[in-house]
Amino acid sequence: MAERRFEVSRLPGFASVAIAVFVLLYLPILTLVVFSFNSGPSVAVWEGWSLHWYADAWNNEAVKGATARSLIIATCASAIATTVATMAALGTTRRAAFGGQTFIYVVINQPLMVPEIVTAVALLILFGVVKQATGYQGLGYLILAHAAFCTPFAYLPIRARLEGMDLSLETAATDLYANPWQTFRHVTLPLLAPGIAAGAMLAFVISLDDVVITEFVKSGGQDTLPTYMLGQMRRAITPEVNAISTALLGLTVILLTLFFILTRKKN
Amino acid sequence: MTQKAAITAQKIIKAFGQGAAALRALDDVSVDIATGEFFTLLGPSGCGKTTLLRLIAGFEMPTAGKILIDGADVTEMPPNRRPVNTVFQSYALFPHLTVAENIGFGLKMQGRPKAEIAATTAEMLALVKLEAMAERKTSQLSGGQQQRVALARALAPRPKVLLLDEPLSALDLKLRKEMQVELKRLQLETGITFVFVTHDQEEALTMSDRIAVMSAGRIQQVGAPRDIYTRPVNRFVASFIGETNFLPVTATPQGARLSTGDVIAAEGEGSVLIVRPEQLRLGPAGVGAGLAATVTGVVYFGTDIHVNLELSDGTALTARVPSPVDGGADFTTGQPVAVTFQPGAARLIRE
Amino acid sequence: MSPAEQSQRRKSSRNGWLLSAPALSLLFLAASGPLLIVLVYSFLTPGQYGNVIWEFSLDGWVGILFTRDIFDGTMNLADAHLTIFWRSVKLSLMTTALTFALGFPTAWFIATRPPAQRAMWLFLITIPFWTNLLIRTFAINEVIRNEGLMNTVLISLGLISEPIRLINTDTAVFIGMAYVYLPLMVLPLFAAIDRFDMKLLEAGYDLYASRLQVLRHVILPIVKPGIIAGSILVFVPSLGAYVTPRVLGGGKNMMIGNFIELQFGQGRNWPLGAALSMALLLIVMAALLIYVRASTKGSNPHG
Repeated sequence: MAERRFEVSRLPGFASVAIAVFVLLYLPILTLVVFSFNSGPSVAVWEGWSLHWYADAWNNEAVKGATARSLIIATCASAIATTVATMAALGTTRRAAFGGQTFIYVVINQPLMVPEIVTAVALLILFGVVKQATGYQGLGYLILAHAAFCTPFAYLPIRARLEGMDLSLETAATDLYANPWQTFRHVTLPLLAPGIAAGAMLAFVISLDDVVITEFVKSGGQDTLPTYMLGQMRRAITPEVNAISTALLGLTVILLTLFFILTRKKN
Repeated sequence: MTQKAAITAQKIIKAFGQGAAALRALDDVSVDIATGEFFTLLGPSGCGKTTLLRLIAGFEMPTAGKILIDGADVTEMPPNRRPVNTVFQSYALFPHLTVAENIGFGLKMQGRPKAEIAATTAEMLALVKLEAMAERKTSQLSGGQQQRVALARALAPRPKVLLLDEPLSALDLKLRKEMQVELKRLQLETGITFVFVTHDQEEALTMSDRIAVMSAGRIQQVGAPRDIYTRPVNRFVASFIGETNFLPVTATPQGARLSTGDVIAAEGEGSVLIVRPEQLRLGPAGVGAGLAATVTGVVYFGTDIHVNLELSDGTALTARVPSPVDGGADFTTGQPVAVTFQPGAARLIRE
Repeated sequence: MSPAEQSQRRKSSRNGWLLSAPALSLLFLAASGPLLIVLVYSFLTPGQYGNVIWEFSLDGWVGILFTRDIFDGTMNLADAHLTIFWRSVKLSLMTTALTFALGFPTAWFIATRPPAQRAMWLFLITIPFWTNLLIRTFAINEVIRNEGLMNTVLISLGLISEPIRLINTDTAVFIGMAYVYLPLMVLPLFAAIDRFDMKLLEAGYDLYASRLQVLRHVILPIVKPGIIAGSILVFVPSLGAYVTPRVLGGGKNMMIGNFIELQFGQGRNWPLGAALSMALLLIVMAALLIYVRASTKGSNPHG
């Protein structure tokens, strides 16, 4: 006879709702992915397997340009964000509390609190003035804007890693004749590296995904992949959009998996 | 002390926090630690022993006072320039380095040649018997092995003084006993001055050349283990180390007069008479001299039995006597006995 | 404190500021600072072709709620604006409620899985959380469009003869927002439930509580900080949503975010757009304040 017991943590109907939620969450995404391989022009009527929408996207000059721009912006912005976030995390953790620490924390995390549309409008106004004054129309504005809102995403995992790090390790290093720079170089940095990598990855993903701020800040002909796709919405949707989405999705999943592996071995 | 002091602490005050909320972790502490000795800072948690160790290492700076190492003032010298090394309570082994790299870390930071680092590392691995583990990551080691790596790492740069912050507290009892022997051996072999912090009185008594008993940020008494145990200077030291009977007395020209009226000859001065439970002798009531007492309880401990007693005025006492050979109880509750002391066992201390 | 201690402390604080300086500069330049410009712009006069004229005016702020009659100059409540605000608030509250109704059982389910499985389920929630919002909006769009998967399947099954027209309605925006913001509800709820001591349930049942009573009187009060966190995390971005209403609501079913954009585009009323942005920011800050107060008060109710 099977062992019967009273499952304290079971609540009636919860498991069914949860399973339904997972199905509903993934069904649209899977549909999107599947129809990127459709040979026909519809995103709802299946006509057979084909990779030609990927080929179309690949050969589309606009998509190529947008991809390159997305990658350049995400790389530069995440590099800047990770650098300043690492420094700030080192400055705000594991030292005697000093006046203004909360202020620093609030400023760095401000992009998480302010609605994107508000920041977007603010940057539209500011960069509009600067563009007119300097005549510079390049990608610099987008990189700067992305670097700013990516900073908290880089800062949080680095800070978490630092706070989880045993302070006595650095104490031990100074005890063993390491000067402050040697301590940083030989102890802090190697131990912090997974946190920095995780932060950089999140920043990269966040930059790659941004629509609203990019839409407001970009000059003419500076579409990134997301703003290009948003523009396509006005026209008839073809599986080309699905193909681009699937590629972006794949990249995100890979980066996130790496992120989880990096942050898991924390103890 | 004829030897030169390895460490001198002069009138150290260390306060944490500011203003009225400031807490004095160390309150006017002065001590000399001689070269080559095994010196222990003993006290309950919060007594300031670890703070004193961290001041010697240079992780904290004193609020007032001076620290000298080998006669040189190091009060404001950063820890990486002090010729002392620490064995941390948590070991603080670098998880990203191998055992050998951990041990060679200090020498590498000092910029010693590679060959010297390799030779010293090998020597240290042999000293702590971990030759086979050289290339392991520290997380793959047992607690006892990690402890040895921490020791080897701190000894490798040949410090003038080795500071040990409750290094054995994370080990189980059996391993702790082994490591006590091991530590003593290492100290004798290397000849390095050890400053050892512990709250375990037995550990302090068995290992140390001298002990400083600390409480509430002050050093209560400094002396050899035997001195501390047999001649405690105050109630704190007497009660923290071993078990003691405390009896209130008044001094008279004949000796110390108990509240029962009995007068006892005792060394020292003060208003409290102390006598260790194992120094009490119990005899039949009414025969010869002794304090009249009644047995109120008997607790069997295997090697000995503890007999709880009550004097005629109600003062409680405990005597520790050898277990009777046949295993049966020698004493029963309510039995009247006469309590006598070993000669010289009773001492007077100040409150 | 001795001079040495003081200088050590000062140095530590100075280093903290120096290390934080680059991040602070970056954020002042491209995040916090520009908000001040928006505040200034909200008090200026709109230019004829967009932008502003540097003349003080309260019209931007007044224009949030009122319109000035072109002919007699009287002030009337701006019904069109109120409709948009009401839609934004209504849809955001509905989204919060629906995501809670679905998210709580989901979070509970994940938290009560065996530890080996839990990471997998959590990862499955996290993937959509980090997946491009636009891609997820597209995905739901492709399902609920008139010629989308849902209608195609339903028609081919003979269940309906005419496609259900959802797209470009408030319902479509509601479904879309609930879909994209659901993970934001599940994750904080999971964090709260994960800390929940299941022994308390045994105690509850031992003291004669039914399953429903345990849920109502034991579980919900204890995980309340998680509920508040999840609700704020969903409500705040819903209120400022821009992409989802644009893709699923068409041009007509605007929310505040789209309305703000309109002022900087065809509306050519930058001060009104700036004032609307500031108003939105204030509401969001108020919501966050409630969250901070609730979470600091209710933190660690059981150790």
